[in-house]
Amino acid sequence: MIPELGHFALILALCLALIQSIVPLVGAQLNKPAWMQIAAPATACQFGCLILSFICLTYAFINKDFSVLYVAQNSNSALPLEYRISAVWGAHEGSLLLWVLILAGWSYAVSCFSGSLPQTFASRVLAVLGLISVGFLLFTVLTSNPFERLIPAAADGRDLNPLLQDPGLIIHPPMLYMGYVGLAVPFAFAIAALLEGRIDAAWTRWTRPWTTVAWVFLTVGIMLGSWWAYYELGWGGWWFWDPVENASFMPWLMATALLHSLAVTEQRSTFKAWTLLLAIFGFSLSLLGTFLVRSGVLVSVHAFATDPERGVFILIFLTIVIGSALTLYAWRASTVTSSGRFALVSRETLLLINNVLLVVATATILLGTLYPLLLDALNLGKISVGPPYFNSVFIPLMLPLLFFLGFGPIARWKQDQPTSLLIRIYKTAILSILLGLSFILLAAGPASFTVTLSICLAFWVVFGTLASLKLRIQAKDPLKSLPRLPRGFYGMMIAHIGVAVFTIGVTLVSVYEQQADVRMAPGDTHELNNYLFQLDRVEEVPGPNYQAKRAIVSVYKENKLVTTLTPEKRFYPSQAQPMTEAGIHPSLFRDIYVSMGEPLDNGAWAMRLYHKPFIRWVWLGPLLMAVGGLLAASDKRYRLEVRQRKPLATAVSSRSSA
Amino acid sequence: MTPRKQRMVFVGVILAGVTLATVLALTAIGRNIMYFYSPSQINAGEAPDDIIIRVGGLVVDNSVQRIDDGLTVEFTLTDTKEEIDVRYTGILPDLFREGQGIVAIGRLNGEGAVIADEVLAKHDENYMPPEVAEALEAAKQGGQMTLPNPHEKPTSGNPYDT
Repeated sequence: MIPELGHFALILALCLALIQSIVPLVGAQLNKPAWMQIAAPATACQFGCLILSFICLTYAFINKDFSVLYVAQNSNSALPLEYRISAVWGAHEGSLLLWVLILAGWSYAVSCFSGSLPQTFASRVLAVLGLISVGFLLFTVLTSNPFERLIPAAADGRDLNPLLQDPGLIIHPPMLYMGYVGLAVPFAFAIAALLEGRIDAAWTRWTRPWTTVAWVFLTVGIMLGSWWAYYELGWGGWWFWDPVENASFMPWLMATALLHSLAVTEQRSTFKAWTLLLAIFGFSLSLLGTFLVRSGVLVSVHAFATDPERGVFILIFLTIVIGSALTLYAWRASTVTSSGRFALVSRETLLLINNVLLVVATATILLGTLYPLLLDALNLGKISVGPPYFNSVFIPLMLPLLFFLGFGPIARWKQDQPTSLLIRIYKTAILSILLGLSFILLAAGPASFTVTLSICLAFWVVFGTLASLKLRIQAKDPLKSLPRLPRGFYGMMIAHIGVAVFTIGVTLVSVYEQQADVRMAPGDTHELNNYLFQLDRVEEVPGPNYQAKRAIVSVYKENKLVTTLTPEKRFYPSQAQPMTEAGIHPSLFRDIYVSMGEPLDNGAWAMRLYHKPFIRWVWLGPLLMAVGGLLAASDKRYRLEVRQRKPLATAVSSRSSA
Repeated sequence: MTPRKQRMVFVGVILAGVTLATVLALTAIGRNIMYFYSPSQINAGEAPDDIIIRVGGLVVDNSVQRIDDGLTVEFTLTDTKEEIDVRYTGILPDLFREGQGIVAIGRLNGEGAVIADEVLAKHDENYMPPEVAEALEAAKQGGQMTLPNPHEKPTSGNPYDT
């Protein structure tokens, strides 16, 4: 009965989404307030229905209702409770339900905070969000119903994929989806702005925090995925340029470009049409990512089911959304004109370069991701584009980005004198080159030109960021002026330092990591980068729903015990699948990593040993970016805006002219 | 700047970016793509032996052998029609086993065997790399495709004919 209730709630949500999208859209066009007012309650009801539906599915999982096909496929009576709950989004149907739930959640949040927006605008935003919801609910109901019954019921479930039985995987998908789906909000704002034919200061101030929050979720989601892959896949990599990773990384790059372009639009009232285009691209790439992951065209851990019907549905949906958004853009973008002027040497130009580099990087990743699919579709051969392509394209694009990032915040808006700009930055330039070179020469060891350059640029970003703080501090009362600086500024500082931290991590771990695949019998030792690894013994350990062989590995440095690691090889009988659980000793400056391969003769095992310097910085960087983003999104001026805007709403929304 | 000049800067920067990207992408993609070959194609001499390729097929039962140092593995891949030997040193993925569809990335050694740098097996026991599935289909030449059950011991000489 409960699954039927969930299914019913899902269909009801679809009907409500139809109302939420069509009625206010028509109402806004015909200027009928009563029609537009339907948007907010419809959004709330749709959200309520989806919560109910989601709870029903969770209930079925918790109670091991194997008469539901999806539960039987992805759960098992021996599965621990926390994984029975996370199994709800462990495969295609349930993760789609999570997708629409989160979309409804974002829509509801928008409707709650949109009281101060002009009514036509707010109702159009909700209507666009509703249209997206209609598409995905149709997809769920027609092709991927999670409540489908299995009659007769299975005696036991097939179990959740062992790879997904991990705490990191409980939070990674929801975070990522919050980011993916969150980009629907700036998209809806952009479409509403195009329908209205104007962008004003209120629009950008309104869009910015939403974009920033979505970007924060996306950042954290990608970071968690990378961290999970590192410890759970057992092979010590943190980024594989896998098409699905790219599918999440492309919207991130686009959202990053959008954040910076929004800054220009807000501060200087220029780049307007460009900002709209980025908002459209950002969400389009989110949808493309969903298509790539859900349609089964990709070869990946993430590709759940290969079902052509689903692929065709999403492809059609994708074409409709992107096609109509771009058509609307082509038709209406000319009504959105920018009023701000800027000189060649100005912060605007630097941010334009930032945007171009980010968009170009996205385009090259898109090319590398889609090219093999295209060739295959045209029967021109089966190729794959691996990490070498992405590294050789992406890194040369990111180095200039770091260079411009270093003094972007120091340059003045509108117009800057080249000589005075040089005077402001030459000290940081010298300092970062000196520090970078001495770091490489004294601490790290011989390195190529690119590596040295990356390290220097990381220092350059840090010092540039600090210099921008110095410029903001009033000379008279430095300590008092610090708390008075806007939170957005501190957010930017922390995020930019995060970029530097990330750069250092990536550079050092990829150049200086050491790896050895060795055969080890109990008692054997192997030395790697001054660490001595000794396999003490291998023991049998029973788990709740698996059997594990656990190796006890002692790690010594200079004859002192550093740590004892316990990597495992687990076997899940329900899926007849082995799993590698790595043993990791983390620290800020290096990780020691051991994982088990397969058993060899005479009780020996194939073992993989790693020494990974600065690997933690790869995730620390994005974490700092996310913290910076949250600080920026909570800046006072966005909250003031809400309070002040009511009387201003009509005044501000006067059409901006050329 | 006048709006006209501003637009020129805009266009100029974007043009420069696009040019840079095109140059980078074209040079990189030319050097870094890997083609997929089935054992039949390789034995027919279609695969070049100086570049890295991808080879896929099913691991033939009882063909996996460890040699000398214990870390080097040799096995045979088949598309049910032709077979090819693969040699790999290192740790095999969790789901590598006989009867499983896998993809090996490496070079031909001139004697018709593949020296693999990487072996990929996907994280789902029912999963078959699409390239492998298609290669099998092609080898069957339209005949009905039956995939082996990795948990079942073969009864006849060729485990892939039922």
